[in-house]
Amino acid sequence: MSEFEPKVVAFFCNWCTYGAADLAGVSRLDYPPNFRVVRLPCTGRLNPKFIMEAFKRGADGVWVSGCHPGDCHYIAGNYYARRKFVLLHTLLETIGVDPNRLRFSWISSAEANKFQAMARDVVESVRACGPNLTFRKAPLALDLPEVA
Amino acid sequence: MGALETITQKIQDKAKSLLESGQAEVVIGYRKGSTPLVAAPYFARTPSDCENLIWSSFAKLNLANYLPNRTGKVALVAKGCDARSAVGQVTENQIPRDNLYLIGVPCSGLVDPAKVAAKEGRPIQKATETDETITVSGVGFEVEIKKAEVLRRNCEVCSHRSPTMADELTGPEAPAAKPDDFADIKALLAKSPSERLDYFQDLIKDCLRCYACRNACPLCYCPVCFVDETRPQWLGKSTDPMDTMTFHLLRALHCAGRCTACGACETACPVNIKVREFNRVLDKAVQENWSYEPGLTWEQKPPLTVYQPNDPADFIK
Repeated sequence: MSEFEPKVVAFFCNWCTYGAADLAGVSRLDYPPNFRVVRLPCTGRLNPKFIMEAFKRGADGVWVSGCHPGDCHYIAGNYYARRKFVLLHTLLETIGVDPNRLRFSWISSAEANKFQAMARDVVESVRACGPNLTFRKAPLALDLPEVA
Repeated sequence: MGALETITQKIQDKAKSLLESGQAEVVIGYRKGSTPLVAAPYFARTPSDCENLIWSSFAKLNLANYLPNRTGKVALVAKGCDARSAVGQVTENQIPRDNLYLIGVPCSGLVDPAKVAAKEGRPIQKATETDETITVSGVGFEVEIKKAEVLRRNCEVCSHRSPTMADELTGPEAPAAKPDDFADIKALLAKSPSERLDYFQDLIKDCLRCYACRNACPLCYCPVCFVDETRPQWLGKSTDPMDTMTFHLLRALHCAGRCTACGACETACPVNIKVREFNRVLDKAVQENWSYEPGLTWEQKPPLTVYQPNDPADFIK
């Protein structure tokens, strides 16, 4: 295992991108298996805590995807989310986190092809960033004996 | 009588009349501190307490911090930034407007003790002030320093020195200082990402996570702060650099669009971290994206509680 395989934590809205991932699978569209999906009821549910937690625990990238503006199942959740994303994106980019590590997209449940393209793009750009060594929590070095 | 004494006199008179008439049950203001270059918060509850109230350019804490969850009528001695915080708390339903009386103080900027200490290395035992200067003295010395040279960082660039929303102003409106042009943040953005990460990691390397900045902040009134949550636990209890960074980032995000640049957090910091640096990144983003400044009217809604269908967000594909 010499080659670096990125780990991406993906936060998908239940009503759109999660469905797009499903449709991509059913349609046998090939996409990289490097992300672990967390299903949200809406991108408005996304708390910046979640993203920080993902990075802290060693995620190489985070991908947030929800419904196109105007298409929110809850009318306006993604409009509010969009404002939060602007601040989060600005803050992390300013303090020096590579913007390619934190990606946002709008993908409806019918856009399996966009999902496939975006999944490949996210994974490849995170791969280009390399492993996340600076923006993560160091594992505890407790020197405990191995347990069987 | 200088402007400071006039303001002090007016605060005392107003506080006395508010307490006597029952318009306020308590007047929250400042008294003389027990150490030089400090003014301490003071709660005047009876008319005779009012003679202890003062105004000085050492009144660095933000008294709006005492407002959330307070019952009964309260009057607050507020400079420009404090008044904006108090207005923010009214718009965020932390205190009813009817329970709040703002005694507004036109502020000409507050003094940073660290800058005074940098100018005068000898231990200071006493500090007095006039409108333009402070005089610090100790064993065998007495030095006069111009206030303009030792203002706090946030006071140098304050554009809302007079609390225009106050119920009463204790003096003529103070001229605005130059607005914050975020020149240093822009300069920082011109550097490479790794230099910026170094800068911010270096900024908080001394952080003890004592949370004094949070406790001093009038915006931080959550019943349970995210740093104290344990199920799930978002922040480790050690001073791991990443936990510390997470704290500062999330704290800044929580204050985004609400911070009035009062500088209470930096004043409270025991290790002199410029914690507002994170807030300023977001202040800049809030102003650029949504042209919003907090606490200027009683009606405005915080920017994260509203939206426009055509809000800019080009980075979302």
